[in-house]
Amino acid sequence: MTDKKAIPLEFEKPLELLAQQIEALQKQLVDHPELESDINHLKKQYDNLRRSLYSNLSASDHLAIARHPQRPYTRDYFSRWDPNWMELHGDRKGMDDPAMVTGLLHLGDIKVIAVGTEKGRSLRDKQQCNFGMPQPEGYRKALRLFKHAEKFGLPVVTLIDTPGAYPGMAAEEHNQAEAIAVNLFELSGLKVPVIAIVTGEGGSGGALAVGVANRILMMEHSVYSVISPEGCASILWRSADKRDDAAKAMKITAREILDLGVIDEVIEEPLGGAHHDYDLAAANAKKAVIKQLEKLLLLSGDAVRADRQKKFRDMGTFHEATA
Amino acid sequence: MDLKEWFASRKKQREAEEVKLPLATDEYCALWTQCFQCRELLYTSQLRQNLQVCPKCQYHFRIGAMQRIEQLVDHGSFQEIDAHLESADPLKFVDTDSYVKRQKEASHKSGLREAVITGEGTIDGERACIGVMDFGHFGGSMGSVVGEKVARVTEYATEKNLPLILVSSSGGARMQEGIFSLMQLAKTSSALKSFADAGLLYISILSEPTYGGVTASFAMLGDIQIAEPGARIGFAGRRVIEQTIRQKLPADFQTAEYLLKHGQVDMVVERSKLKEKLAYLIKFHTSAKKPQTAPQKQKAVTR
Repeated sequence: MTDKKAIPLEFEKPLELLAQQIEALQKQLVDHPELESDINHLKKQYDNLRRSLYSNLSASDHLAIARHPQRPYTRDYFSRWDPNWMELHGDRKGMDDPAMVTGLLHLGDIKVIAVGTEKGRSLRDKQQCNFGMPQPEGYRKALRLFKHAEKFGLPVVTLIDTPGAYPGMAAEEHNQAEAIAVNLFELSGLKVPVIAIVTGEGGSGGALAVGVANRILMMEHSVYSVISPEGCASILWRSADKRDDAAKAMKITAREILDLGVIDEVIEEPLGGAHHDYDLAAANAKKAVIKQLEKLLLLSGDAVRADRQKKFRDMGTFHEATA
Repeated sequence: MDLKEWFASRKKQREAEEVKLPLATDEYCALWTQCFQCRELLYTSQLRQNLQVCPKCQYHFRIGAMQRIEQLVDHGSFQEIDAHLESADPLKFVDTDSYVKRQKEASHKSGLREAVITGEGTIDGERACIGVMDFGHFGGSMGSVVGEKVARVTEYATEKNLPLILVSSSGGARMQEGIFSLMQLAKTSSALKSFADAGLLYISILSEPTYGGVTASFAMLGDIQIAEPGARIGFAGRRVIEQTIRQKLPADFQTAEYLLKHGQVDMVVERSKLKEKLAYLIKFHTSAKKPQTAPQKQKAVTR
């Protein structure tokens, strides 16, 4: 994906205007070579503006980048990590949920079981993937692969980019809650290393269901939250318009969550967001995963399990009064 | 005024009076309670004696955690643990009001420190660990303290080799604690994993209402799943689903009976039978743990 094709976001509008001016001037450059210094000046301004814009992003700006329609999705990462990765299908109980992608993949020399939520690129794909909201069958497909990983002693890498588990009638009838709960339960007991990366939206229980990992990483502009900012705003502020306030209050951005001690690492994205350079984003993520896996692979199965259980056991803050 | 008019005005007056009939407001709650389902006015004290179940239509009223414990545990046997845990405010969360203030209000209203009470007691003489959520405190929402107390009572049960009973009633995760409340789903499920690996019995009781993060973690992980009649239980709320699929849902959608029909719970048990069923289940499984065949095997050896 090149810069020119990227759809600008609301907060990027000033940048877009400047880019248009530069482009207009460049067209006249042939007839008016004296414009070159002006163009260079504007270009420098553009770079400065861009840098300052991206270093002062608000929570809702991050949210917008995380939800950018051109954001790289799970399949984009998997195919860049290993062009020969092999996809595996189905929950063995009656369905293959396309919103959950699973397969076998080489990360350099390390073989891993890869699992990730998928939003779908084309409109048709998106509809089939329910816009990245897995059905209970999707979580059960992931569970099947977690058990496969344990059986063969392979580490698990999961990618998370979902607004949440699908809230539908059939999903409820097929026990969405149980599908998620069982994944949390089984993941916590797995004796192989698990790494989770939030690549876009980490939406509540539907994200955590593939996110109980030894190390949790987040892409720089991704978000992770207990409820969507819209949902939070409509419940607590009684107005979905207060989304930006809710996004800020809940501390949903990668850096904030790192500061809270919930995740382990923030993976740098190309300037302007991962959608400006898929290859670079995927390469950064790959490097980070390999680095974490190399350390975890030195541990015994029991130690890996204990490490993960301790991580989640320690989560939460409270007061312990003596009376 | 002719007779016709007089009747008309009388009718109007009657209708107005009918509308004004008091619904069950706080004032009346002291003496009378109106059934939400059949609208019958019931003596509050009688209702209490009937375990907060409407004698006319069997509607199961929500009950507080302490009341539930009194109903399930042998009199005087309950020992609370971890009573002293209190929520912090890790995000310094403020919406239209601050989280700290909302916590104080919730405690004032419910008389509880947090939305779950945990401890140990006996049920028909059988020792068991029990945790009961209270919807009256902050909508039964799960923040760090609820997650911690559930995890601790699970670990306590694992350590003491006791069966575990958790009674859920919750709107879901507590938004004011953001990502920390989400992580409680993993914390509680992880504690239950070690509990299950020890071969111990966990009975999950789902009461009106149980939703969101609580359903998507410990509430759905029981070896035995029991729901109370009429209780609404689900992952996503009804309104959210209707907005997503743009169609009306059946009236009984997400009720205990609906869940039973769809294979999600083992049984729907009315409140008056709950304690005896629990005692039966505990006795059945704990005696199963001491192998019944052992004495016979010994006999075979001596022969």
